[in-house]
Amino acid sequence: MMRGDATTLPVRGRWSVVGRPNALGAAVAPEPVSTSYRALRVFLRNPTGMSAFLLLLLVAVVSLAAPWIYQDDPLSMVARPFLWPGQDWDYPLGTDSLGRDVAAGLIWGGRISLLVGFTAMGLGVAVGIIVGALGGYFGGGIDNTLQRLTDIIQTMPSFVLLVVLVAIFEPSVQTVTAGIAVVTWPTVARLVRAEFRSLREKDFVMAAKALGFGHARIILLEILPNALPPIIVTASVLVASAILMESALSFLGLSDPNVVSWGSMIGSGRDALRTAWYLTAIPGVAIVLTVLALNLIGDALNDALNPRSTTTP
Amino acid sequence: MSVSRLLRIIRRTALQVIPTVIGIVILDFFLLRLAPGDAADVMAGESGSATVETMAMMRHSFGLDLPVLRQLFGYLSSLAHGSLGFSPLYNLPVATLIGQRLPDTLLLMGLALGIALLLGITLGTIMALNAGRWVDRVISIVSLVFYSVPGFWVGLMLIVVFSVMLGWLPSGGAETIGAGLTGFDALNDHIRHMILPATSLALFYVAIYARLTRASVLEIAAQDYVRTAAAKGLPPGTIALRHVLRNALMPVTTLAGMHIGGILGGAVVVETVYSWPGLGRLVFEAMMKRDFTVLLGVLLLSSLLVILVNIAVDMLQLWLDPRIEVRR
Repeated sequence: MMRGDATTLPVRGRWSVVGRPNALGAAVAPEPVSTSYRALRVFLRNPTGMSAFLLLLLVAVVSLAAPWIYQDDPLSMVARPFLWPGQDWDYPLGTDSLGRDVAAGLIWGGRISLLVGFTAMGLGVAVGIIVGALGGYFGGGIDNTLQRLTDIIQTMPSFVLLVVLVAIFEPSVQTVTAGIAVVTWPTVARLVRAEFRSLREKDFVMAAKALGFGHARIILLEILPNALPPIIVTASVLVASAILMESALSFLGLSDPNVVSWGSMIGSGRDALRTAWYLTAIPGVAIVLTVLALNLIGDALNDALNPRSTTTP
Repeated sequence: MSVSRLLRIIRRTALQVIPTVIGIVILDFFLLRLAPGDAADVMAGESGSATVETMAMMRHSFGLDLPVLRQLFGYLSSLAHGSLGFSPLYNLPVATLIGQRLPDTLLLMGLALGIALLLGITLGTIMALNAGRWVDRVISIVSLVFYSVPGFWVGLMLIVVFSVMLGWLPSGGAETIGAGLTGFDALNDHIRHMILPATSLALFYVAIYARLTRASVLEIAAQDYVRTAAAKGLPPGTIALRHVLRNALMPVTTLAGMHIGGILGGAVVVETVYSWPGLGRLVFEAMMKRDFTVLLGVLLLSSLLVILVNIAVDMLQLWLDPRIEVRR
């Protein structure tokens, strides 16, 4: 795992007589990381993790293929309203109160959920890594300031803050994504900061410092790769929670009105809950399956990357 | 706990908390200043007839025409006097408005947290005692399903099953309107209205507590003193309850304290589903009506609630386990 170990450096140049590594001339070849293959093997052998991965893959492929499966706008009215699932096989999952195809909405809605989920996670993780790495590595005043900022965001009830943010900047796919990223980055920042604080005292970081590497190189190439496993596990759980948050927002009507999403389908199906509960049930099942798959993948990744902890029996 | 130690803790907490609170107030204020349209716009829109003059007059009477910094200082100074401002839309002081809604939300959150802790700790203990067997696996999957279900959807499905199909429980509201119930009947009615929303709110946290309890129980069960207890012939039930579970619950209390903010967020959605007249719905109504004073008040107050609960949890832990030094 450790890279840039000073004792194994090739000794070159005019300092070789002294027997010390030459920081100016030394070339440190990155060691091939063998552990990730071990982790990959463990992940591939985990039946729950693999089935969850296949399920997520299925959802992703079907969502990406939406323009080919259902060419029409999923918001257009295509048939008699309130067709129950199975009543007319042209519309296998039925139609809603306005005669819109539920199956089409489900497949198009998946695009939004996955897009928002993964983009928000990416943004949140990126900001979290920057903030956490800077604070954890440098400590002192920078760390204090960044910690305050993290505290402020984490103290406020995150969903209330999210509702406020999205409503202020007008609901759209972009604002929902950005809003979710704003409320999730502190989680990542805390984690990364803790990792950096413990790793920066390790011998291999000392060695890198002694070799005269710059801060950027130490942060990005020495510490970050070693801090990645918990970040990867957190990332998969963050996608799941981002999808849940997006669905709750669009259920409340805080989403782009021109785009169909699972949450908004539940929101509009709610009006006919007593007579046509399938309108609410079907998109909900889609959310549960997708989020469950992501959470199971998170568990499997944790087992693979962090052999000492066992979350699942 | 000695008095000097308690004072030291209070001083340290204050040093941490006060800058956070000030930060939250200022952040909220500027955030909400960014919002398009203000209360005067909304009122003018609702009345349907407003001239430029009446708009200016309304802005003046709400103090919306003052420079931003003056408005912020005005807000801060009224906060210092214990006032959260006045809501022009509800025509009520914000503190009163929140005061009306807060008890119902706290009741709902308390019940939800109670259900989550009870179910979670029970399931987690069962999992740990059967670690590796099929009971463990099944509960593990079930709790992960709970963790993956959106609260509002569970709420709607519970309504379908228990209100529409079975007709056992009411589908919304806080009490049966016009029934004129008193005493025990009224309490019973209130509880019946709370069961479904509290359950929807609780399910997500059941999974978290179950997992944490499982891990924690397994860790404690491997300790030497547990072996000693077994060696001196104590029955397994007594060991599990009095020696293991008691110590295993420490991390669960910390986490439960951290979840107050999350549960409040969940309440926004669940209260909308069940038309529960609480703080969560107030947030949503205020957002839709662009009533910033109310929103600012709710955000600030709920943040304060989170801080207070965390301090209380810190104190509780210090009392439960005197070995813990104050964090940070």
